[in-house]
Amino acid sequence: CSFVEHRNYKIVYRRYASLFFLVGVDNDENELAILEFIHLLVETMDRHFGNVVRFFTMDCFSNPFKCELDIMFHLEKAHFMLEEMVMNGCIVETSKANILTPVQLLEKT
Amino acid sequence: MLYIYMLGYDVDFGHMEAVSLISAPKYPEKQVGYIVTSSLLNENHDFLRLAINTVRNDIIGRNETFQCLALTMVGNIGGREFAESLAPDVQKLLLSSSCRPLVRKKAALCLLRLYRKNPDVVNVDGWADRMAQLLDERDLGVLTSSMSLLVALVSNNHEAYWSCLPKCVKTLERLARNQDIPQEYTYYGIPSPWLQVKTMRALQYFPTIEDPYTRRTLFEVLQRILMGTDVVKNVNKNNASHAVLFEALALVMHLDAEKEMMSQCVALLGKFIAVREPNIRYLGLENMTRMLMVTDAQEIIKRHQAQIITSLKDPDIRRALDLLYGMCDVTNAKDIVEELLQYLSSADFTMREELSLKAAILAEKFAPDLSWYVDVILQLIDKAGDFISDDIWFRVVQFVTNNDDLQPYAAAKVKEYLEKPAVHETMVKVSAYILGEYSHLLARRPGCSPKEIFGILHEKLPTVSTTTIPILLSAYAKILMHTQPPDQELQSQIWAIFNKYESCIDAEIQQRAVEYFALCQKGAALMDILAEMPKFPERKSSLIKRAEYSEADTAEQSAIKLRAQQQPSNALVVTDQPPANGATSPVPVGPLSLAMVPSMITTEDHTSTDQALSQQNGSLTKVDPQHPSADLLGDLLGPLAIEGPPGATVQSEHNAVSRLEGGPDAVDGSAIVPVEEQRNTVQPIGNIAERFHALCLKDSGVLYEDPYIQIGIKAEWRAHHGRLVLFLGNKNTAPLVSVQALMLPPAHLKMELSLVPDTIPPRAQVQCPLEVVNLRPSRDVAVLDFSYKFGTNMVNVKLRLPAVLNKFLQPIPVPAEEFFPQWRSLSGPPLKLQEVVRGVRPVPLPEMANLLNSFRLMICPGLDPNPNNLVASTTFYSESTHAMLCLVRN
Repeated sequence: CSFVEHRNYKIVYRRYASLFFLVGVDNDENELAILEFIHLLVETMDRHFGNVVRFFTMDCFSNPFKCELDIMFHLEKAHFMLEEMVMNGCIVETSKANILTPVQLLEKT
Repeated sequence: MLYIYMLGYDVDFGHMEAVSLISAPKYPEKQVGYIVTSSLLNENHDFLRLAINTVRNDIIGRNETFQCLALTMVGNIGGREFAESLAPDVQKLLLSSSCRPLVRKKAALCLLRLYRKNPDVVNVDGWADRMAQLLDERDLGVLTSSMSLLVALVSNNHEAYWSCLPKCVKTLERLARNQDIPQEYTYYGIPSPWLQVKTMRALQYFPTIEDPYTRRTLFEVLQRILMGTDVVKNVNKNNASHAVLFEALALVMHLDAEKEMMSQCVALLGKFIAVREPNIRYLGLENMTRMLMVTDAQEIIKRHQAQIITSLKDPDIRRALDLLYGMCDVTNAKDIVEELLQYLSSADFTMREELSLKAAILAEKFAPDLSWYVDVILQLIDKAGDFISDDIWFRVVQFVTNNDDLQPYAAAKVKEYLEKPAVHETMVKVSAYILGEYSHLLARRPGCSPKEIFGILHEKLPTVSTTTIPILLSAYAKILMHTQPPDQELQSQIWAIFNKYESCIDAEIQQRAVEYFALCQKGAALMDILAEMPKFPERKSSLIKRAEYSEADTAEQSAIKLRAQQQPSNALVVTDQPPANGATSPVPVGPLSLAMVPSMITTEDHTSTDQALSQQNGSLTKVDPQHPSADLLGDLLGPLAIEGPPGATVQSEHNAVSRLEGGPDAVDGSAIVPVEEQRNTVQPIGNIAERFHALCLKDSGVLYEDPYIQIGIKAEWRAHHGRLVLFLGNKNTAPLVSVQALMLPPAHLKMELSLVPDTIPPRAQVQCPLEVVNLRPSRDVAVLDFSYKFGTNMVNVKLRLPAVLNKFLQPIPVPAEEFFPQWRSLSGPPLKLQEVVRGVRPVPLPEMANLLNSFRLMICPGLDPNPNNLVASTTFYSESTHAMLCLVRN
């Protein structure tokens, strides 16, 4: 099960091969929505970096190294993307195009 | 640098650099600067002040990208200073339609952050229209952030935002029908699930919808969601659609709308529980637990009981456990407890304590008979001895002591367990105690002579720890006592043991050994000294207290409390007991309803929904006398006035010699006291009206209580004199000043209040006697105008004093020969009044008698030929009139 409770918070996590994504949320947040948000984040990163994780499956078998390496070497980009998607604890943008535009703008200049 | 930070080291260099990067003209540098600042600094950091000006320039500047960056940073870490200086600019940005949506959505969330920091920033009145405008947006990005803003605003104050409600519904509809959504926002075929979820969350904050059209649309949408969601191959789509579904379920529960929808929901939930996917199962169970609290869908849920029990076999059973606990009631308790016990043997260690505690509570609450309960507990101890807290076995001992017929059974059972080879220490404790007390009851059975029992207990002695030894010693002493005539061999054995322990290190053991030995020498007098333990007084089970305490952390309790806080209307709606739907045909004996008397006098609340409701009572700003469930007796005593014409809805069949409707009568609240809300910032604890009513029947109790002060009353009455003492208790650690108590006596009472001190010192209680003389009959009530000052708060309450008519009544027996002539001689109003009570539940005679007694009327049995009638009489005293005889006949 992908949810854990601790005191009055919940943690929603998702595992992609050797990568774990954890999100901490309030008790009254919709857990499945957050689960999907994690997936959206991964997909966005995938679209940007080219090959973070395979689209469909949750267990990535090809190039496990390259997946994490992308994130490691371009950590600031990962941060930029997340910054675009979440603000002050709320989900603000869910369209990949809108998210990636400023990030790509950054890379151009 | 970011990476280093993430790894956890303290970054203490480079802050200056980061801040100066923000002011750089080139985009990448600026971007980096902002991000680093956002991540590394929080709102209290001093460096941020340096940045405010630069940020402000960026925000009002024209370059959109810069604007975005600045807004993002402010949105994430903005503090109070930011709020004050930047709020107007941000608002402008949000509202100007010339800005691109990109900027506006950030501005919306930024405003949210600022609002949270400093609520004055958002001016509530003007904002409602603007919110409505915002919600008309087409662009979904802006809509998403506006919705979040709406949620925050509405959670504080939902009335102002009514106009937004239809907009929300329209948005939801648009999303659900998948109209007009750009491709970008569609996630595996479902249009922006997050926005849907957020919208539904926003809708949950509003109480029920009035407008029928909106309501219908909403229901259609919900229906579509409920029906249309299936388990699909694609995991992500699955998750997303289920996310929407669960939120919709929550909304349906909140709306509490149609029974049919509810049963659909439960059916769906039932399906979910059987799904293989663990997430869905988990959520299904959790939602079912929530449903239990909100509605009474219990029967439907029980159908899924078998399924739920199998889900206990899951690796993760927390939810299933909570659900079982919640849905347990008399019919299925036995099965559930037995399941739990079975499971206990295979359970994970972390779960065992909670599991055993819950099993114990369930067993106690719903035990079909007590011997079963004892069985269960003993089994529990046997299987999971380590995890049984002391409370549990104390409780079982308490039960056994209180129930005589249980004792031999318990003793026999306990002996069986003792005979097993490996016995847990707690079991030894329990057995020792019970056998000590009650083994003499078993003495006649084979194999249970005192000697053998002693033998069994004694075997265990070497294996137990020092806490158990004292109990064993007591047990020996009692066994010895019960063997009359004393068996020499047994006696010498036991004495030898006592002697051995006289030099034990542990003080308790030593003391017991010495004392018991000395006592044993006394011989026959032993019986009195070591008499059987008396019965325990009934106390609220400490287990339940414990469970409530330990549940404080779990999601369930906080979900309940949160729901109770978030949805005040819902809570009130749910726990409202229907006002008495009375007899369809008026029974000739007009029954007075007693339903509320016991509940007013005992204000214990056991269930958590009641707790939620009493929280509500504590936080309601109106002392709500119109609460329909509360006041059947209040009806009797007169409607508390915000509207009622006195006595109109209250009718009772009474007789009186005076002009009044004698006996327990309508305190005509409206006459003198405005019972409406006081302009207080300090909220009273508990319902003042209820307390007043309770005090009308009793002579002492609490008249008023709030967080700072408690006012109690004790009264004595004799003929037409009364003497009340007001106890003013300061609950706080600071003194209460400017204390004033003014009497507003009505015309019919003469009252003298002795001097009330100006200051009440902390944690002290001041007594003020008050003399009352009844001048003439009247239904008016005296009011005490009480005010005090705490800190800077001035608090003023007007309290009705329970110096009411019935206090001046003195019961007097009237023999039959006098009664009926008197009765007949009073021919009609105003001396004789007769009314029929309608719409109340029929009440059994003894309760009626009690009620009349508490109103100081004395029941004269056997005077009335009709056994369903009660006759009572009393004397009414007042100064102006002489003693007047009051006769009451029901």
